[in-house]
Amino acid sequence: MIAEFGHFALVCALCVCLVQVGAGLAGARSTSADLIRVADMSARAQFGLVLIAFGALTYSFVVSDFSLAVVHANSHIAKPLVYKIAGVWGNHEGSMLLWVLILALYGAAFSWSERTMPTSLHAHIIGVQGLMGIAFLVFLVLTSNPFARLDTAPFEGRGLTPILQDPALAAHPPLLYAGYVGFSITFSFAIAALLDGKVDRQWARWMRPWTLLAWVFLTLGIALGSYWAYYELGWGGFWFWDPVENASLMPWLAGTALLHSALVAERRGTLINWTLLLAILTFALSLAGTFLVRSGVLTSVHAFANDPARGLFILAILVLFTGGGLALFGWRAPASSNDKFQPVSREALLVANNIFLATATVTVFVGTIYPLALDALGGPKISVGAPYFNAVFAPLTIPFLIMLPLGPLLAWRNDRLSPLVTRLAPAALAALLITLGLALTRSGTPLLALVLLGGAFWLIGGALTDMGQRLRRLQNLTQTPLLSAPVAHAGLGVMIIGIITATAWREELVVAATPGEALRVGEQTLRFDGVRERAGPNYTSEQGRLVYLDGIHEGEALLPERRFYEAERSQTTEAAITTDLAGHLYAVIGEPAEDKRVVRIWYHPFVAFIWIGALLMALGGALGLAGRVGRRSHAVSGARA
Amino acid sequence: MSPKNARAAMILAGLGFLALAATLALTALEDNIVFFRAPSELAEKPMAAGVALRVGGLVSEGSVQRDGLDVRFQITDLAHQVDVRFTGMLPDLFREGQGVVAEGRFDASGIFMADTVLAKHDETYMPPEVADALKASGRWQADATHPGTDYPDATDRKTGAEVK
Repeated sequence: MIAEFGHFALVCALCVCLVQVGAGLAGARSTSADLIRVADMSARAQFGLVLIAFGALTYSFVVSDFSLAVVHANSHIAKPLVYKIAGVWGNHEGSMLLWVLILALYGAAFSWSERTMPTSLHAHIIGVQGLMGIAFLVFLVLTSNPFARLDTAPFEGRGLTPILQDPALAAHPPLLYAGYVGFSITFSFAIAALLDGKVDRQWARWMRPWTLLAWVFLTLGIALGSYWAYYELGWGGFWFWDPVENASLMPWLAGTALLHSALVAERRGTLINWTLLLAILTFALSLAGTFLVRSGVLTSVHAFANDPARGLFILAILVLFTGGGLALFGWRAPASSNDKFQPVSREALLVANNIFLATATVTVFVGTIYPLALDALGGPKISVGAPYFNAVFAPLTIPFLIMLPLGPLLAWRNDRLSPLVTRLAPAALAALLITLGLALTRSGTPLLALVLLGGAFWLIGGALTDMGQRLRRLQNLTQTPLLSAPVAHAGLGVMIIGIITATAWREELVVAATPGEALRVGEQTLRFDGVRERAGPNYTSEQGRLVYLDGIHEGEALLPERRFYEAERSQTTEAAITTDLAGHLYAVIGEPAEDKRVVRIWYHPFVAFIWIGALLMALGGALGLAGRVGRRSHAVSGARA
Repeated sequence: MSPKNARAAMILAGLGFLALAATLALTALEDNIVFFRAPSELAEKPMAAGVALRVGGLVSEGSVQRDGLDVRFQITDLAHQVDVRFTGMLPDLFREGQGVVAEGRFDASGIFMADTVLAKHDETYMPPEVADALKASGRWQADATHPGTDYPDATDRKTGAEVK
């Protein structure tokens, strides 16, 4: 009954969405306050109805209602409650429902947001957001109904894939979706501006906080996914250039470019067309990501759907919105704005930033799509792996890193280089000395790794120099956006240090070990104490034991496991990780080999810097938002006083 | 530098960067493409030694021999087989009769030296390349004894082992 209620709510949401589009688009023409109010109320009602549907599905998972096909296929009575809830989005139908929920949430949030913008722009945005709502609600109801019943209700479900039963993974999809579905609003901003025929600095100013919000979520979502893959898959890697990972990286790169180009548009009134185009393309890449992940063309943990009708449907949505958006752009984009820059100015460096990010997006796109396209056209089956991406990304990053610290320290319009040289000299000198020191003490580090490390130190030094200057200008807490850029840039530097050290200085040992044997990895010695059997709540496991014989962890034990999940007939590797800031020791056990046991241990120096860096980047974005919210409430309380 | 020259220099620098990126991408693509072959295709047209390759199929029943870290097994599409040798930790669901994909290269004696072996986390899932290879060799059976048909929505992140 609850499920039918949820299904009914979805259909109602679709009807309300039609009203939202009609009232929004008509309201934009007539600027009738009543119509716009109807559009706003519909956006909120749509969100409320989808939330009811989502609640109904969650309830069905919690009470294990196996008469629902999705619950039967993805849940089990013995599963802990938190994973019953996470199971809601651990499958195709539920995750698409979450997609629609977040789409509707952004529409509703926008309808509640500030009302300083022209009513026609506001109404157009609500209308366009509703159009996407229609497309995805129809998709959900017609091809992916989460409330479909089985004719006979089974007694037990098939369970959730064990590797998805993890706290990080429970939070990963909502964060990731909050990120790339968030770019639906910036897409609506671009389309609305084109429909309105009026795009200016003010438009960019209104759009930028939404871009920032989506970007912060996407950054966190990707970082969490990467951390999960690192500790859960047991391969010791943090990024695999898997097409599914790339599907989230592409909108992130394009979204980062959009953040920076919108800044130029807002401050200088130039790069407007490029910003419009990026806003359209960023969301197009989000849709393409959804297509890649949800259509079943890829084989990965995320590919739940194998029904070709679903793939075609999402492809149609992708083509419709991207094609429509680009056509509208071609037809209505304002005549070329006056995009002239002085070479030594902040905007010139932001253009360089955009060239880099756009190029990076294209290289990821090529490496991800080429094998799929070749296969689809009947060509040979090929794969393009990490070596391609590393070979392209590493050299391209160098000029980007060298230029990056200059940008925030330059003035808009026109500046001179000479004062900059004195200001950045300490940062450059420090980066150079540290890198030289590393080159001498860490012999065997590849040159490319050293150059990238040097670039990262230079970037952090530049960000600290910038932060010092800005802190002096900071008067009260509503000015946190001042610190946004240096914190995020320093975060990027920290992340690069983590990536390079954990790759170039990684140490690894694979061995068939006899119980009692001492194993040496990096600076550590561990004793392997053998394997014992153990029972968990919904699995049984073999647990290995490795004890530190020296160092600061002397006497502590690492307990890597292999778990066997009966309900899901599956097996997972649980790595045991010692998490120090200076590096992680990461151990897994494998098959028995006669009286021995295969043991694999890695030492990853400074690997935690990767996720700390990502957190700093997200914090930088959040600081940019916090100040705006603060300023707004400040203005409101000021007005009341 | 006059503004006009400065502008030209900027444009040139931008174009130079794009040219560099395009060159990098194309050469990297050329060097890093790895082809997939089924055992039957290899029987028909052997691959030269030393070329990076992915071979997929089922692990032949009774073919797995372990000696510490060294593992020998055969990959079959039920029409032809390929001898594979691997050193290291095999993925969780490496079993006889399961679908796997091995990445590596042939040595001079025609043995496939795998440096990565990929299997799936879910016992009932078959890598699509393997399913295609079995269909091509005419041995595909859509029943429960051949996985891949049972749970259409099973999730299946590649899990694997690699040795650098």
